[in-house]
Amino acid sequence: MLTLTCPCCGVKAEESELHGGGEAHLTRFGPGSSEEEFHDYLFARENAKGVHFERWRHVHGCGKWFHAARCTATLQVFGTYSAQTTEPPADLLATIREKRPGWSWRDFS
Amino acid sequence: MKRYSAFAIAREALRQHTGWDRAWRKASPKKKYDVVIVGAGGHGLATAYYLGKNHGIRNVAILEKGWLGGGNTGRNTTIIRSNYLQDPSAAIYEKSRSLYETMSQDLNYNVMFSPRGVIMLAQTEHEVRGYRRTAHANALQGVETQFIGPEKVKELCPIINLDGPRYPVLGGLWQARGGTARHDAVAWGYARACSDMGMDIIQKCEVTGIRSEGGKVRGVSTSQGDIDCDKLGIVVAGHSGVLAKMAGFRLPIESVSLQALVSEPIKPCMDVVVMANTVHGYMSQSDKGEMVIGGGTDGYNNYTQRGSFHHIEETVRALVETFPMVSRLKMLRQWGGIVDVTGDRSPIISKTPLDGCFINCGWGTGGFKAIPGSGWATAEMIARNEPGPLAAAFGLERFREGRFIDESVAAGVAH
Ligand SMILES: Cc1cc2nc3c(=O)[nH]c(=O)nc-3n(C[C@H](O)[C@H](O)[C@H](O)COP(=O)(O)OP(=O)(O)OC[C@H]3O[C@@H](n4cnc5c(N)ncnc54)[C@H](O)[C@@H]3O)c2cc1C
Ligand SMILES: [Zn+2]
Repeated sequence: MLTLTCPCCGVKAEESELHGGGEAHLTRFGPGSSEEEFHDYLFARENAKGVHFERWRHVHGCGKWFHAARCTATLQVFGTYSAQTTEPPADLLATIREKRPGWSWRDFS
Repeated sequence: MKRYSAFAIAREALRQHTGWDRAWRKASPKKKYDVVIVGAGGHGLATAYYLGKNHGIRNVAILEKGWLGGGNTGRNTTIIRSNYLQDPSAAIYEKSRSLYETMSQDLNYNVMFSPRGVIMLAQTEHEVRGYRRTAHANALQGVETQFIGPEKVKELCPIINLDGPRYPVLGGLWQARGGTARHDAVAWGYARACSDMGMDIIQKCEVTGIRSEGGKVRGVSTSQGDIDCDKLGIVVAGHSGVLAKMAGFRLPIESVSLQALVSEPIKPCMDVVVMANTVHGYMSQSDKGEMVIGGGTDGYNNYTQRGSFHHIEETVRALVETFPMVSRLKMLRQWGGIVDVTGDRSPIISKTPLDGCFINCGWGTGGFKAIPGSGWATAEMIARNEPGPLAAAFGLERFREGRFIDESVAAGVAH
Protein backbone atom coordinates (compact mmCIF):
# COMPACT_ATOMS: atom_id res chain seq x y z
CA MET A 1 0.00 0.00 0.00
CA LEU A 2 1.37 3.36 -1.05
CA THR A 3 1.40 6.07 1.61
CA LEU A 4 2.20 9.71 0.89
CA THR A 5 2.27 12.59 3.34
CA CYS A 6 0.09 15.39 2.03
CA PRO A 7 2.16 18.61 2.24
CA CYS A 8 -1.03 20.69 2.31
CA CYS A 9 -2.67 19.27 5.44
CA GLY A 10 0.13 17.11 6.84
CA VAL A 11 -1.92 13.91 6.91
CA LYS A 12 -0.11 10.67 6.18
CA ALA A 13 -2.52 9.51 3.52
CA GLU A 14 -2.86 6.00 2.20
CA GLU A 15 -3.46 5.31 -1.45
CA SER A 16 -7.20 4.83 -1.32
CA GLU A 17 -7.71 8.42 -0.14
CA LEU A 18 -5.51 9.78 -2.93
CA HIS A 19 -5.90 10.10 -6.64
CA GLY A 20 -2.99 10.08 -9.07
CA GLY A 21 -2.78 12.94 -11.53
CA GLY A 22 0.06 11.83 -13.81
CA GLU A 23 3.41 13.39 -14.63
CA ALA A 24 4.31 16.65 -12.89
CA HIS A 25 6.15 19.77 -14.10
CA LEU A 26 4.64 19.73 -17.57
CA THR A 27 5.06 22.97 -19.46
CA ARG A 28 1.68 24.05 -20.74
CA PHE A 29 1.30 25.08 -24.35
CA GLY A 30 -1.85 26.58 -25.76
CA PRO A 31 -3.03 28.49 -28.84
CA GLY A 32 -0.14 29.89 -30.84
CA SER A 33 2.28 27.11 -29.93
CA SER A 34 3.70 24.74 -32.51
CA GLU A 35 2.06 21.37 -33.16
CA GLU A 36 5.13 19.69 -31.74
CA GLU A 37 4.93 21.62 -28.48
CA PHE A 38 1.21 21.04 -28.10
CA HIS A 39 1.58 17.32 -28.83
CA ASP A 40 4.38 16.90 -26.35
CA TYR A 41 2.50 18.80 -23.67
CA LEU A 42 -0.63 16.69 -24.12
CA PHE A 43 0.80 13.26 -24.83
CA ALA A 44 4.57 12.67 -24.65
CA ARG A 45 5.48 11.26 -21.25
CA GLU A 46 8.71 10.34 -19.49
CA ASN A 47 7.11 7.18 -18.04
CA ALA A 48 10.46 6.62 -16.34
CA LYS A 49 11.55 3.33 -14.84
CA GLY A 50 13.10 4.86 -11.76
CA VAL A 51 12.72 8.35 -10.33
CA HIS A 52 9.39 9.89 -11.29
CA PHE A 53 7.81 13.23 -10.39
CA GLU A 54 4.06 13.17 -10.35
CA ARG A 55 0.89 14.93 -9.28
CA TRP A 56 -1.48 13.63 -6.66
CA ARG A 57 -4.73 14.89 -5.21
CA HIS A 58 -5.67 14.29 -1.59
CA VAL A 59 -9.16 13.61 -2.82
CA HIS A 60 -10.73 12.07 0.31
CA GLY A 61 -8.84 14.45 2.60
CA CYS A 62 -8.16 18.14 2.20
CA GLY A 63 -8.95 17.95 -1.52
CA LYS A 64 -5.75 19.73 -2.58
CA TRP A 65 -3.19 18.87 -5.24
CA PHE A 66 0.45 18.22 -4.43
CA HIS A 67 3.56 16.66 -5.99
CA ALA A 68 5.47 13.51 -5.10
CA ALA A 69 8.85 12.05 -6.07
CA ARG A 70 8.79 8.28 -6.26
CA CYS A 71 10.77 5.41 -7.76
CA THR A 72 8.62 3.39 -10.15
CA ALA A 73 11.10 0.51 -10.13
CA THR A 74 11.10 -0.03 -6.34
CA LEU A 75 8.04 1.97 -5.15
CA GLN A 76 10.30 3.93 -2.79
CA VAL A 77 8.92 7.38 -1.97
CA PHE A 78 11.53 10.15 -1.85
CA GLY A 79 9.18 12.86 -0.66
CA THR A 80 6.21 15.09 -1.36
CA TYR A 81 6.08 18.84 -1.92
CA SER A 82 3.78 21.70 -2.78
CA ALA A 83 2.35 21.92 -6.28
CA GLN A 84 2.96 25.71 -6.29
CA THR A 85 6.34 25.33 -7.95
CA THR A 86 7.92 24.66 -11.32
CA GLU A 87 10.67 22.43 -10.00
CA PRO A 88 11.28 20.03 -7.11
CA PRO A 89 12.80 21.59 -3.95
CA ALA A 90 16.60 21.54 -3.73
CA ASP A 91 16.75 19.34 -0.62
CA LEU A 92 14.57 16.71 -2.26
CA LEU A 93 16.80 16.72 -5.36
CA ALA A 94 19.81 16.29 -3.06
CA THR A 95 18.16 13.30 -1.34
CA ILE A 96 17.42 11.66 -4.69
CA ARG A 97 20.95 12.32 -5.96
CA GLU A 98 22.32 10.59 -2.90
CA LYS A 99 20.03 7.57 -3.25
CA ARG A 100 20.21 7.25 -7.03
CA PRO A 101 23.65 8.45 -8.18
CA GLY A 102 23.77 9.43 -11.84
CA TRP A 103 20.05 9.85 -12.03
CA SER A 104 18.29 12.31 -14.35
CA TRP A 105 14.69 13.08 -15.31
CA ARG A 106 13.93 15.57 -18.06
CA ASP A 107 15.91 18.69 -17.08
CA PHE A 108 16.45 17.65 -13.48
CA SER A 109 19.39 15.66 -12.22
CA MET B 1 10.72 -30.32 -36.23
CA LYS B 2 8.84 -33.44 -35.31
CA ARG B 3 5.11 -32.88 -35.54
CA TYR B 4 2.90 -33.27 -32.53
CA SER B 5 -0.02 -35.65 -33.08
CA ALA B 6 -2.11 -38.30 -31.35
CA PHE B 7 0.19 -40.84 -32.97
CA ALA B 8 3.28 -39.13 -31.52
CA ILE B 9 1.77 -39.27 -28.03
CA ALA B 10 1.07 -42.99 -28.43
CA ARG B 11 4.58 -43.61 -29.75
CA GLU B 12 6.22 -41.71 -26.93
CA ALA B 13 4.02 -43.38 -24.35
CA LEU B 14 5.45 -46.70 -25.50
CA ARG B 15 9.05 -45.53 -25.10
CA GLN B 16 8.88 -43.66 -21.81
CA HIS B 17 8.71 -40.24 -23.51
CA THR B 18 12.38 -40.33 -24.48
CA GLY B 19 11.85 -39.11 -28.03
CA TRP B 20 10.51 -35.60 -27.59
CA ASP B 21 12.59 -32.75 -29.05
CA ARG B 22 13.15 -29.41 -27.39
CA ALA B 23 10.30 -27.15 -28.49
CA TRP B 24 12.82 -24.48 -29.50
CA ARG B 25 16.58 -24.42 -29.88
CA LYS B 26 18.78 -22.76 -27.34
CA ALA B 27 20.54 -19.99 -29.27
CA SER B 28 23.37 -17.57 -28.69
CA PRO B 29 23.50 -14.31 -30.63
CA LYS B 30 25.10 -14.03 -34.07
CA LYS B 31 26.92 -10.80 -35.07
CA LYS B 32 24.13 -9.63 -37.32
CA TYR B 33 20.51 -10.29 -38.30
CA ASP B 34 18.18 -8.85 -40.92
CA VAL B 35 15.66 -8.14 -38.20
CA VAL B 36 16.00 -8.05 -34.43
CA ILE B 37 12.83 -8.15 -32.35
CA VAL B 38 13.11 -6.97 -28.73
CA GLY B 39 10.69 -8.80 -26.44
CA ALA B 40 9.66 -12.45 -26.64
CA GLY B 41 6.08 -11.94 -25.54
CA GLY B 42 3.20 -13.01 -27.75
CA HIS B 43 3.39 -9.90 -29.93
CA GLY B 44 7.15 -10.11 -30.52
CA LEU B 45 7.04 -13.83 -31.28
CA ALA B 46 4.00 -13.48 -33.56
CA THR B 47 5.73 -10.63 -35.40
CA ALA B 48 8.77 -12.84 -35.99
CA TYR B 49 6.57 -15.77 -37.04
CA TYR B 50 4.70 -13.79 -39.70
CA LEU B 51 7.95 -12.17 -40.90
CA GLY B 52 9.07 -15.69 -41.74
CA LYS B 53 5.77 -17.17 -42.82
CA ASN B 54 4.24 -14.29 -44.81
CA HIS B 55 7.34 -12.42 -45.97
CA GLY B 56 10.13 -14.99 -46.13
CA ILE B 57 12.37 -13.03 -43.73
CA ARG B 58 13.99 -15.67 -41.54
CA ASN B 59 17.33 -14.26 -40.49
CA VAL B 60 15.67 -12.98 -37.33
CA ALA B 61 16.54 -12.89 -33.64
CA ILE B 62 14.08 -12.40 -30.82
CA LEU B 63 15.76 -11.02 -27.69
CA GLU B 64 14.17 -11.49 -24.29
CA LYS B 65 15.48 -10.08 -21.02
CA GLY B 66 13.77 -12.70 -18.88
CA TRP B 67 12.15 -15.85 -20.08
CA LEU B 68 9.94 -16.24 -23.11
CA GLY B 69 6.32 -15.39 -22.34
CA GLY B 70 7.20 -14.20 -18.83
CA GLY B 71 5.79 -10.71 -19.35
CA ASN B 72 2.12 -9.91 -19.76
CA THR B 73 1.64 -12.77 -22.18
CA GLY B 74 2.03 -15.22 -19.29
CA ARG B 75 0.13 -13.04 -16.81
CA ASN B 76 -3.13 -12.24 -18.52
CA THR B 77 -6.62 -13.61 -18.11
CA THR B 78 -6.83 -14.71 -21.76
CA ILE B 79 -10.07 -13.09 -22.86
CA ILE B 80 -10.43 -13.03 -26.64
CA ARG B 81 -13.07 -10.88 -28.31
CA SER B 82 -13.36 -8.39 -31.16
CA ASN B 83 -16.47 -6.37 -30.31
CA TYR B 84 -14.77 -2.96 -30.38
CA LEU B 85 -16.45 0.22 -31.54
CA GLN B 86 -14.15 1.86 -34.07
CA ASP B 87 -13.52 0.44 -37.54
CA PRO B 88 -9.71 0.16 -37.34
CA SER B 89 -10.02 -1.72 -34.03
CA ALA B 90 -12.70 -4.07 -35.30
CA ALA B 91 -10.52 -4.84 -38.32
CA ILE B 92 -7.39 -5.83 -36.40
CA TYR B 93 -9.10 -7.52 -33.44
CA GLU B 94 -11.40 -9.51 -35.73
CA LYS B 95 -8.47 -10.55 -37.91
CA SER B 96 -6.80 -11.66 -34.72
CA ARG B 97 -9.81 -13.56 -33.40
CA SER B 98 -10.19 -15.38 -36.68
CA LEU B 99 -6.49 -16.34 -36.65
CA TYR B 100 -7.02 -17.82 -33.18
CA GLU B 101 -9.57 -20.21 -34.68
CA THR B 102 -6.91 -21.96 -36.75
CA MET B 103 -3.86 -21.25 -34.61
CA SER B 104 -3.50 -24.75 -33.14
CA GLN B 105 -3.45 -26.24 -36.66
CA ASP B 106 -1.18 -23.52 -38.10
CA LEU B 107 1.37 -23.90 -35.32
CA ASN B 108 0.86 -27.62 -34.72
CA TYR B 109 0.58 -26.66 -31.07
CA ASN B 110 -2.57 -26.93 -28.98
CA VAL B 111 -3.33 -23.42 -27.76
CA MET B 112 -6.67 -24.60 -26.35
CA PHE B 113 -8.66 -21.86 -28.06
CA SER B 114 -12.11 -22.10 -26.55
CA PRO B 115 -14.71 -19.94 -28.32
CA ARG B 116 -17.12 -20.22 -25.42
CA GLY B 117 -18.64 -16.76 -25.83
CA VAL B 118 -18.14 -13.45 -24.03
CA ILE B 119 -20.85 -11.32 -22.39
CA MET B 120 -20.16 -7.70 -21.50
CA LEU B 121 -22.87 -6.75 -19.00
CA ALA B 122 -24.83 -3.55 -19.36
CA GLN B 123 -25.64 -2.31 -15.87
CA THR B 124 -26.58 1.32 -16.47
CA GLU B 125 -28.77 3.01 -19.10
CA HIS B 126 -25.56 4.51 -20.48
CA GLU B 127 -24.06 1.10 -21.00
CA VAL B 128 -27.24 -0.19 -22.62
CA ARG B 129 -27.09 2.64 -25.14
CA GLY B 130 -23.34 2.22 -25.59
CA TYR B 131 -23.53 -1.51 -26.26
CA ARG B 132 -26.52 -1.20 -28.57
CA ARG B 133 -24.44 1.25 -30.54
CA THR B 134 -21.46 -1.13 -30.52
CA ALA B 135 -23.69 -3.99 -31.71
CA HIS B 136 -24.84 -1.84 -34.66
CA ALA B 137 -21.26 -0.81 -35.42
CA ASN B 138 -20.17 -4.46 -35.27
CA ALA B 139 -22.94 -5.45 -37.68
CA LEU B 140 -21.57 -2.93 -40.19
CA GLN B 141 -18.01 -4.14 -39.60
CA GLY B 142 -18.95 -7.77 -40.16
CA VAL B 143 -18.26 -8.73 -36.53
CA GLU B 144 -20.98 -10.97 -35.21
CA THR B 145 -22.33 -9.60 -31.91
CA GLN B 146 -25.74 -9.19 -30.40
CA PHE B 147 -27.36 -7.09 -27.69
CA ILE B 148 -29.21 -9.49 -25.39
CA GLY B 149 -31.71 -8.97 -22.57
CA PRO B 150 -31.33 -10.02 -18.91
CA GLU B 151 -33.20 -13.34 -19.36
CA LYS B 152 -30.75 -14.41 -22.04
CA VAL B 153 -27.83 -13.35 -19.81
CA LYS B 154 -29.22 -15.56 -17.03
CA GLU B 155 -29.71 -18.45 -19.45
CA LEU B 156 -26.10 -18.21 -20.65
CA CYS B 157 -24.72 -17.78 -17.14
CA PRO B 158 -27.01 -19.21 -14.45
CA ILE B 159 -24.74 -18.25 -11.52
CA ILE B 160 -25.18 -14.55 -12.22
CA ASN B 161 -27.20 -12.30 -9.92
CA LEU B 162 -29.40 -10.09 -12.11
CA ASP B 163 -30.61 -7.85 -9.27
CA GLY B 164 -27.35 -6.73 -7.71
CA PRO B 165 -27.61 -4.24 -4.83
CA ARG B 166 -26.15 -1.37 -6.82
CA TYR B 167 -26.39 -2.16 -10.51
CA PRO B 168 -29.05 -4.55 -11.86
CA VAL B 169 -28.17 -6.37 -15.07
CA LEU B 170 -30.09 -4.62 -17.87
CA GLY B 171 -28.69 -6.69 -20.72
CA GLY B 172 -25.38 -7.39 -22.35
CA LEU B 173 -23.28 -7.39 -25.49
CA TRP B 174 -22.82 -11.02 -26.50
CA GLN B 175 -20.08 -12.25 -28.79
CA ALA B 176 -20.62 -15.98 -29.24
CA ARG B 177 -17.30 -16.42 -31.06
CA GLY B 178 -15.21 -14.80 -28.35
CA GLY B 179 -13.60 -16.90 -25.65
CA THR B 180 -10.26 -17.83 -24.13
CA ALA B 181 -7.02 -19.64 -25.03
CA ARG B 182 -4.05 -20.92 -23.11
CA HIS B 183 -1.67 -17.96 -22.88
CA ASP B 184 1.60 -19.85 -22.34
CA ALA B 185 0.80 -22.15 -25.24
CA VAL B 186 0.39 -19.19 -27.56
CA ALA B 187 3.90 -17.97 -26.72
CA TRP B 188 5.39 -21.48 -26.80
CA GLY B 189 3.65 -22.41 -30.05
CA TYR B 190 4.96 -19.32 -31.84
CA ALA B 191 8.42 -19.81 -30.33
CA ARG B 192 8.56 -23.39 -31.57
CA ALA B 193 7.47 -22.36 -35.06
CA CYS B 194 9.97 -19.47 -35.17
CA SER B 195 12.81 -21.71 -34.04
CA ASP B 196 11.81 -24.23 -36.66
CA MET B 197 12.17 -21.55 -39.36
CA GLY B 198 15.76 -21.02 -38.18
CA MET B 199 15.17 -17.94 -36.07
CA ASP B 200 17.14 -17.43 -32.84
CA ILE B 201 15.19 -16.93 -29.62
CA ILE B 202 17.69 -15.61 -27.10
CA GLN B 203 16.51 -15.54 -23.51
CA LYS B 204 18.18 -13.74 -20.60
CA CYS B 205 19.39 -11.18 -23.13
CA GLU B 206 18.45 -7.68 -22.07
CA VAL B 207 18.67 -4.84 -24.55
CA THR B 208 20.49 -1.99 -22.80
CA GLY B 209 21.03 0.41 -25.68
CA ILE B 210 20.07 1.11 -29.28
CA ARG B 211 22.87 2.02 -31.67
CA SER B 212 22.25 4.26 -34.65
CA GLU B 213 24.23 6.11 -37.30
CA GLY B 214 22.98 9.11 -39.24
CA GLY B 215 19.43 8.70 -38.00
CA LYS B 216 19.33 5.04 -39.02
CA VAL B 217 19.33 2.06 -36.68
CA ARG B 218 22.52 -0.03 -36.62
CA GLY B 219 21.88 -2.53 -33.87
CA VAL B 220 21.45 -3.04 -30.17
CA SER B 221 23.70 -3.40 -27.14
CA THR B 222 22.66 -6.24 -24.90
CA SER B 223 23.73 -8.11 -21.77
CA GLN B 224 25.16 -10.68 -24.22
CA GLY B 225 27.10 -8.16 -26.33
CA ASP B 226 26.39 -6.00 -29.36
CA ILE B 227 24.12 -7.33 -32.10
CA ASP B 228 23.76 -5.60 -35.48
CA CYS B 229 20.59 -5.48 -37.53
CA ASP B 230 19.08 -3.81 -40.57
CA LYS B 231 15.71 -3.40 -38.90
CA LEU B 232 14.63 -3.33 -35.30
CA GLY B 233 11.20 -4.09 -33.86
CA ILE B 234 10.50 -2.93 -30.30
CA VAL B 235 7.74 -5.10 -28.82
CA VAL B 236 8.14 -4.79 -25.05
CA ALA B 237 4.71 -3.72 -23.71
CA GLY B 238 5.27 -2.16 -20.25
CA HIS B 239 8.90 -1.35 -21.03
CA SER B 240 8.16 0.56 -24.24
CA GLY B 241 9.02 3.89 -22.64
CA VAL B 242 12.41 2.55 -21.56
CA LEU B 243 13.26 1.30 -25.06
CA ALA B 244 11.91 4.48 -26.68
CA LYS B 245 14.24 6.50 -24.48
CA MET B 246 17.18 4.41 -25.71
CA ALA B 247 16.09 5.19 -29.28
CA GLY B 248 15.73 8.89 -28.47
CA PHE B 249 12.00 9.55 -28.50
CA ARG B 250 9.07 9.66 -26.08
CA LEU B 251 5.74 7.88 -26.26
CA PRO B 252 2.17 8.76 -25.32
CA ILE B 253 2.21 5.85 -22.88
CA GLU B 254 2.11 5.32 -19.13
CA SER B 255 3.08 1.98 -17.56
CA VAL B 256 0.85 0.84 -14.73
CA SER B 257 0.20 -2.37 -12.89
CA LEU B 258 -2.78 -4.58 -13.72
CA GLN B 259 -3.58 -7.41 -11.35
CA ALA B 260 -5.44 -10.70 -11.64
CA LEU B 261 -6.23 -13.61 -9.36
CA VAL B 262 -7.49 -17.18 -9.48
CA SER B 263 -9.57 -19.15 -7.02
CA GLU B 264 -9.23 -22.71 -5.86
CA PRO B 265 -10.46 -25.14 -8.55
CA ILE B 266 -14.14 -26.00 -8.37
CA LYS B 267 -16.57 -28.04 -10.46
CA PRO B 268 -17.68 -26.53 -13.76
CA CYS B 269 -20.14 -23.73 -13.03
CA MET B 270 -19.69 -21.20 -15.81
CA ASP B 271 -19.00 -21.85 -19.48
CA VAL B 272 -18.87 -18.28 -20.78
CA VAL B 273 -16.72 -15.25 -20.00
CA VAL B 274 -18.55 -12.45 -18.18
CA MET B 275 -17.26 -8.89 -17.92
CA ALA B 276 -18.96 -6.36 -15.66
CA ASN B 277 -17.49 -3.02 -16.63
CA THR B 278 -19.55 -0.78 -14.39
CA VAL B 279 -18.64 -2.57 -11.16
CA HIS B 280 -15.16 -3.30 -12.54
CA GLY B 281 -14.59 -7.01 -12.58
CA TYR B 282 -14.68 -9.98 -14.89
CA MET B 283 -14.52 -13.75 -14.54
CA SER B 284 -14.25 -17.01 -16.44
CA GLN B 285 -13.50 -20.59 -15.46
CA SER B 286 -10.31 -22.27 -16.57
CA ASP B 287 -10.16 -25.88 -17.73
CA LYS B 288 -8.60 -26.74 -14.37
CA GLY B 289 -11.69 -25.35 -12.66
CA GLU B 290 -10.14 -22.20 -11.19
CA MET B 291 -12.19 -19.04 -11.46
CA VAL B 292 -9.99 -16.54 -13.33
CA ILE B 293 -10.65 -13.01 -12.13
CA GLY B 294 -9.51 -9.57 -13.15
CA GLY B 295 -10.42 -5.93 -12.68
CA GLY B 296 -9.10 -2.45 -13.27
CA THR B 297 -5.57 -1.06 -13.36
CA ASP B 298 -3.76 0.45 -10.41
CA GLY B 299 -3.60 4.21 -10.23
CA TYR B 300 0.05 5.17 -10.68
CA ASN B 301 3.15 4.51 -12.80
CA ASN B 302 4.75 1.28 -11.72
CA TYR B 303 7.30 -1.19 -13.09
CA THR B 304 7.28 -3.71 -10.25
CA GLN B 305 4.71 -6.30 -11.45
CA ARG B 306 2.97 -5.84 -8.11
CA GLY B 307 -0.11 -3.87 -7.25
CA SER B 308 -2.03 -2.54 -4.29
CA PHE B 309 -4.28 -4.78 -2.27
CA HIS B 310 -7.25 -2.44 -2.26
CA HIS B 311 -7.63 -2.96 -6.03
CA ILE B 312 -7.94 -6.69 -5.46
CA GLU B 313 -10.52 -5.96 -2.82
CA GLU B 314 -12.51 -3.77 -5.21
CA THR B 315 -12.43 -6.44 -7.88
CA VAL B 316 -13.57 -9.17 -5.53
CA ARG B 317 -16.30 -6.92 -4.15
CA ALA B 318 -17.58 -6.33 -7.68
CA LEU B 319 -17.64 -10.05 -8.37
CA VAL B 320 -19.35 -11.00 -5.12
CA GLU B 321 -22.04 -8.54 -6.14
CA THR B 322 -22.35 -10.04 -9.61
CA PHE B 323 -21.80 -13.70 -8.69
CA PRO B 324 -22.75 -14.24 -5.00
CA MET B 325 -21.13 -17.72 -5.03
CA VAL B 326 -17.73 -16.03 -5.22
CA SER B 327 -18.06 -15.08 -1.53
CA ARG B 328 -17.51 -18.74 -0.62
CA LEU B 329 -14.37 -19.18 -2.73
CA LYS B 330 -10.81 -19.19 -1.50
CA MET B 331 -8.39 -17.32 -3.73
CA LEU B 332 -5.22 -19.19 -4.58
CA ARG B 333 -2.87 -16.83 -6.35
CA GLN B 334 -2.68 -13.16 -7.25
CA TRP B 335 -0.16 -11.34 -9.45
CA GLY B 336 0.42 -8.23 -11.50
CA GLY B 337 1.74 -7.29 -14.92
CA ILE B 338 2.95 -3.93 -16.21
CA VAL B 339 0.63 -2.71 -18.93
CA ASP B 340 1.33 0.07 -21.42
CA VAL B 341 -1.69 2.36 -21.57
CA THR B 342 -2.29 5.00 -24.25
CA GLY B 343 -4.68 7.94 -23.99
CA ASP B 344 -7.23 6.55 -26.45
CA ARG B 345 -6.89 2.95 -25.19
CA SER B 346 -5.76 1.85 -28.65
CA PRO B 347 -2.41 0.33 -29.55
CA ILE B 348 0.51 1.78 -31.49
CA ILE B 349 1.91 -0.05 -34.51
CA SER B 350 4.23 2.44 -36.05
CA LYS B 351 7.40 3.62 -37.65
CA THR B 352 9.44 5.76 -35.28
CA PRO B 353 11.61 8.87 -35.59
CA LEU B 354 14.59 6.50 -35.92
CA ASP B 355 14.86 5.08 -39.43
CA GLY B 356 14.62 1.27 -39.53
CA CYS B 357 13.19 1.12 -36.01
CA PHE B 358 9.56 0.08 -35.60
CA ILE B 359 7.39 -0.16 -32.52
CA ASN B 360 4.42 -2.25 -31.45
CA CYS B 361 3.02 -1.27 -28.04
CA GLY B 362 0.13 0.32 -26.20
CA TRP B 363 -1.98 -2.83 -26.05
CA GLY B 364 -2.39 -2.03 -22.40
CA THR B 365 -4.89 -4.18 -20.60
CA GLY B 366 -6.21 -5.99 -23.66
CA GLY B 367 -3.57 -7.25 -26.04
CA PHE B 368 -3.62 -11.00 -25.55
CA LYS B 369 -6.58 -11.28 -27.90
CA ALA B 370 -4.63 -9.26 -30.47
CA ILE B 371 -1.45 -11.34 -30.61
CA PRO B 372 -1.87 -13.01 -34.02
CA GLY B 373 -3.45 -10.00 -35.77
CA SER B 374 -0.90 -7.62 -34.31
CA GLY B 375 2.00 -9.89 -35.26
CA TRP B 376 0.58 -10.15 -38.77
CA ALA B 377 0.29 -6.36 -39.12
CA THR B 378 3.65 -5.58 -37.51
CA ALA B 379 5.48 -8.10 -39.69
CA GLU B 380 3.91 -6.54 -42.77
CA MET B 381 5.06 -3.08 -41.67
CA ILE B 382 8.62 -4.23 -40.95
CA ALA B 383 8.89 -6.19 -44.21
CA ARG B 384 7.59 -3.36 -46.41
CA ASN B 385 8.87 -0.38 -44.40
CA GLU B 386 5.31 0.95 -44.43
CA PRO B 387 2.27 -0.01 -42.37
CA GLY B 388 -0.27 -2.03 -44.31
CA PRO B 389 -4.06 -1.65 -44.14
CA LEU B 390 -4.44 -3.28 -40.71
CA ALA B 391 -1.80 -1.09 -39.04
CA ALA B 392 -2.17 2.20 -40.92
CA ALA B 393 -4.56 3.87 -38.46
CA PHE B 394 -2.43 2.95 -35.43
CA GLY B 395 0.59 5.13 -36.22
CA LEU B 396 2.18 7.40 -33.62
CA GLU B 397 1.23 10.44 -35.72
CA ARG B 398 -2.41 10.01 -34.80
CA PHE B 399 -1.75 11.82 -31.52
CA ARG B 400 -0.25 14.80 -33.31
CA GLU B 401 -3.10 14.84 -35.82
CA GLY B 402 -5.86 14.39 -33.24
CA ARG B 403 -7.03 11.27 -35.07
CA PHE B 404 -7.68 9.13 -32.01
CA ILE B 405 -9.15 5.66 -32.08
CA ASP B 406 -11.24 6.07 -28.98
CA GLU B 407 -11.89 2.72 -27.34
CA SER B 408 -12.27 3.95 -23.79
CA VAL B 409 -15.80 2.53 -23.76
CA ALA B 410 -14.95 -0.83 -25.30
CA ALA B 411 -12.01 -1.12 -22.95
CA GLY B 412 -13.89 0.29 -19.95
CA VAL B 413 -12.57 -2.39 -17.67
CA ALA B 414 -9.24 -4.04 -18.16
CA HIS B 415 -9.56 -7.23 -20.16
C1 LIG C 1 -3.36 -9.17 -15.21
C2 LIG C 1 -3.53 -8.98 -16.69
C3 LIG C 1 -4.69 -9.44 -17.31
C4 LIG C 1 -4.87 -9.29 -18.68
N1 LIG C 1 -5.98 -9.82 -19.26
C5 LIG C 1 -6.13 -9.78 -20.60
C6 LIG C 1 -7.23 -10.43 -21.23
O1 LIG C 1 -8.06 -11.06 -20.56
N2 LIG C 1 -7.34 -10.36 -22.58
C7 LIG C 1 -6.44 -9.67 -23.34
O2 LIG C 1 -6.62 -9.61 -24.54
N3 LIG C 1 -5.37 -9.07 -22.77
C8 LIG C 1 -5.18 -9.10 -21.43
N4 LIG C 1 -4.09 -8.50 -20.84
C9 LIG C 1 -3.15 -7.74 -21.68
C10 LIG C 1 -2.15 -8.65 -22.36
O3 LIG C 1 -1.56 -9.51 -21.42
C11 LIG C 1 -1.04 -7.83 -23.03
O4 LIG C 1 -1.58 -6.79 -23.82
C12 LIG C 1 -0.19 -8.71 -23.94
O5 LIG C 1 0.17 -9.90 -23.32
C13 LIG C 1 1.04 -7.96 -24.35
O6 LIG C 1 1.91 -8.84 -25.01
P1 LIG C 1 3.33 -8.36 -25.44
O7 LIG C 1 3.95 -9.45 -26.19
O8 LIG C 1 3.22 -7.03 -26.10
O9 LIG C 1 4.06 -8.06 -24.05
P2 LIG C 1 4.80 -9.04 -22.97
O10 LIG C 1 4.20 -10.39 -22.96
O11 LIG C 1 4.84 -8.27 -21.72
O12 LIG C 1 6.21 -9.17 -23.63
C14 LIG C 1 7.18 -8.15 -23.62
C15 LIG C 1 8.50 -8.79 -23.32
O13 LIG C 1 9.52 -7.83 -23.51
C16 LIG C 1 10.55 -8.15 -22.60
N5 LIG C 1 11.43 -6.99 -22.43
C17 LIG C 1 11.18 -5.82 -21.81
N6 LIG C 1 12.26 -5.03 -21.83
C18 LIG C 1 13.24 -5.70 -22.48
C19 LIG C 1 14.60 -5.41 -22.81
N7 LIG C 1 15.18 -4.26 -22.47
N8 LIG C 1 15.30 -6.35 -23.49
C20 LIG C 1 14.75 -7.54 -23.84
N9 LIG C 1 13.47 -7.86 -23.55
C21 LIG C 1 12.72 -6.96 -22.88
C22 LIG C 1 9.78 -8.51 -21.34
O14 LIG C 1 10.58 -9.28 -20.45
C23 LIG C 1 8.60 -9.28 -21.89
O15 LIG C 1 8.78 -10.68 -21.89
C24 LIG C 1 -3.88 -8.63 -19.46
C25 LIG C 1 -2.71 -8.16 -18.84
C26 LIG C 1 -2.52 -8.34 -17.47
C27 LIG C 1 -1.25 -7.85 -16.83
ZN1 LIG D 1 -4.25 16.87 2.39
